[in-house]
This record gives sequence, structure tokens and C-alpha cells, in this order.
Amino acid sequence: MSGVRVLVGTRKGAFILESDGRRTDWTVGGPHFAGWEIYHLKGSPVDPDRLYASQTSSWFGQIVQRSDDGGKTWHQPGTPRGEPTTTPDGMPKGESNKFVYDASAATGSALTTHQWYDGSQRPWEFKRVWHLEPSLTDPDTVLAGVEDAALFRSTDGGRTWSEVAGLRGHGTGPQWQPGAGGLCLHTIIADPEDRDRLFVAISSAGAFRTDDGGRSWKPINRGLRSQYLPDPTAEVGHCVHRIAMHRSRPNVLFMQKHWDVLRSDDAGDSWTEVSGDLPTDFGFVIDVHANEPETIYVVPIKSDAEHFPPDGRLRVYRSRTGGNEWEALTRGLPQRHCYVNVLRDAMAVDSLDACGVYFGTTGGQVYASADAGDTWSAIVRDLPAVLSVEVQTLR
Amino acid sequence: MIRVVLPHHLRTLAGVASEVTLRVDGAVTQRSVLDALEAAYPMLRGTIRDHTTQRRRPFLRFFACEQDLTHDPPDAPLPSAVGRGEEPFIVLGAIAGG
Repeated sequence: MSGVRVLVGTRKGAFILESDGRRTDWTVGGPHFAGWEIYHLKGSPVDPDRLYASQTSSWFGQIVQRSDDGGKTWHQPGTPRGEPTTTPDGMPKGESNKFVYDASAATGSALTTHQWYDGSQRPWEFKRVWHLEPSLTDPDTVLAGVEDAALFRSTDGGRTWSEVAGLRGHGTGPQWQPGAGGLCLHTIIADPEDRDRLFVAISSAGAFRTDDGGRSWKPINRGLRSQYLPDPTAEVGHCVHRIAMHRSRPNVLFMQKHWDVLRSDDAGDSWTEVSGDLPTDFGFVIDVHANEPETIYVVPIKSDAEHFPPDGRLRVYRSRTGGNEWEALTRGLPQRHCYVNVLRDAMAVDSLDACGVYFGTTGGQVYASADAGDTWSAIVRDLPAVLSVEVQTLR
Repeated sequence: MIRVVLPHHLRTLAGVASEVTLRVDGAVTQRSVLDALEAAYPMLRGTIRDHTTQRRRPFLRFFACEQDLTHDPPDAPLPSAVGRGEEPFIVLGAIAGG
């Protein structure tokens, strides 16, 4: 029988929520890595038992964890149990925690600084992994989006990482500057029909695309308008919060920007605003129904100054027309005194026939809908603040 | 043997219950103790010192013999009582964040 596994990253650990395909009775596992910030965890599309997790701490830095049994046990892939703890030449292992920016001339990216809040240039400094994106075809290949913004790739199951340096080196890097949450690469989307095409998004730089497997990149921000920029239509500098794609239509992208919800029908070459009748078009998450590529979801947040739902009512908005026309989904969600936020990586969908939709809040609730958003219930209510939600559909 | 006390999260990460003991050849310094610690527990590599720069992570402190040694040069000798194993070298997480 089919089932669902929901992977939840929080400020104080990871949790794994599991149910059968009815999605009514849930088991809650965790906390894993108790006390650590888990920015993101995600499973391999080709091996559902292979999970990757970003474990991070302001005190102790970045740890990459891997599970090969669906989250029952974890290890640091750079320090496998039972293997020698040093390399043959005596150097300690632990390479899975090592993210070193590539500033070599050989890669054409001797890039060392980006723009700081005050307009000065500042050295790139690794802080944490925001997002892990396992390959669509190989469980040992995984991409990591990091702060300060860069893209890293592992092809050995997370043991070692090397930068996909063409992104920072493509030319606009020195103009990127951090948003309030830092200069983070938070969205990575692989094109299921073109193995050489990737999309990424960075706050506050914008969206970028490669068509040659990461060697060269270009900004894809035409049509974005950001009033907080001196040039509102600048090539880069936009605070893109999240991008989503439906597997069946990789040229169609949906974006939740700082303000504005947008869509692109040409793989990001141009964007059109589709905020339509939303009560506010500020927000963080956006996702696409698994079986209806024109059905999309957002959670409107009042403003960049007030990170909570308008009127204290937690509402998911659904558009069945690919944007512009939106309906509020409220059944089962708190409609008074609700002042939580839903962060950018904290919504996901399953791919069962009746599409399930899931999101987590900074108040520690994880809500699930087994009927595409018509009705909602909380799987758990009192977790630490939720940073990310991913879903695996198990068949 | 050198005794090292780790903060809770690093004990969990390394899979150790309390303090750890290490053999350090040559001079007993911050650097040699941390090198020995990372060799014995490679999962800690990068958690106390930055992987690349080898600089101490900002929210960690080094204490021993009721002294704050955090800002001592990494190759300065640690107190002799640490070298004799009479006192531990303490890696401490700063109290920050409320």
C-alpha cells in the first residue's frame, strides 16, 4: 500500500512524520539531531531510503548527515562508521562538512567578494547549507544551496563537495547582496527533461539558469519589478523567495517574490505577475499540485514588516488557473489570533491520486490536506519553529 | 593522556559520554590537542575550528585550570597540569541567544 513520509526540519531538530495513503493516522519520529537547526532534509527520488539532511549551528558550523534506511539511522557520509578515521597520509576525514569556495582561475571564477548591506564589497564566507537537492537519477549525486550564496555538488553520496563555480563566476556575483535572512541560495530545481538545465534562486540576487550542466549561467529576472531597488527592473538584486515547477511542464515556473507572485512560460526568460486577487502578494512558499500543473498554492503573509497572516487568519490560497484568480482555503486552519509565518522551504506536495499538500509554521504546526487543500488538519502542533517540509510518496 | 571536555552537542556528535582522553605527541598546545581530537573524532572536524582557515569558531571558548585561554596563540603551551592529565582542556559553547 502506498504511504507518505513527511520530512520536517526545525530550529531544534528533525522530525519524520509517516502515514499510509489515507493520511489520517500519523506516527511522529524524532527529534533527530536534537538541539540543532535542521535547515532542510530531502530524499532521493530514485531511492526513497536515501535521505540527506543539513544540520547546522551558529556555534559548531555545518554538518551533512545521510540516512540509507529512510531516516531510522544517520551518519556523516565523510566519516563512515567502521572505516579508518584518517586518510592514508594521516589527515583526518570529515570532508562531508567541508564547503570551500572555488576561487581558482582554472574554473574562470576567481571571485572573492560580494556586495554587503552598506554597498561595500565583502569576502564570501561559508555559513550553512539552506537546501539539499538530490539528483533525479542518481542517489549519490546531490546539490547544496549555501549561504553565502553558492551552489555545491557531491557525486559521492555527500562525502565530498565541490563548488559549481560558474554560478558565482558568471559576472553578476559582485552585485549580489544579502537579504534580511542572509545571502542564501535556497531554491534548486532540476529540469526532468533536460539533464543539463538547472534553475536556482538567491536572496537577494534573483533567479538564474544553466543550460550546460552548470558551466555557464545567466540571470532570468526579466519581468520582475522590485520597488526596493534603485532600478526596479534591474538584471539582478531581486529578493526571490521561492520557485516551483511541475514535472510535466519544465518550461513553466511559478515564483513567490518578496512581494509579487509571478509565472514564466519560457523557462524564466520572462515573467508575468499573477498576484491577481490575493489579499497580499507578500509571502515565502509556492508549490504546484502534483497532478494539475495549473493548480498552485501560496500562503499570503501580511508584509515584509509583519511576518504573519493578514487579519490573524491562516489561509492557503489556491489558483486553479495558474495564477490571477485565487480562492482562500480555510477549513481546518486557525481563523483567529494566528500570527505564525510559513518559511520558504516549508511547503510540499505528495503525488498520490488525491494530491496531498503540507506546510509547516514558525509556531511548530505541520498542517496536511489529503484533498488538495479543501480541508486541513494538523499532524503535529507543538514542534519547534518549522524551517522546511518535504514529502516522499512511498509506493 | 590529555583530557578534553566537550560541549553537549559535540559529545552527541562524537558519540562520547563525558570527557575524552587523547594522546598528544610533542608540545601540548591548543593546536596539537585539537589536531589529536579531530584525528580521533573526525566528525568534529570543522565544528571547533573552521575547515579552511583553522580559526576558532566565534561562539566557542577554550578554558583550562580556571583560565580563559581562548585568545592565546594556538601554538602556546597549555598549562602543565593539562599536559599531565590533572586538569581537562575545556571546549565551551558561549551562552548566547537568550
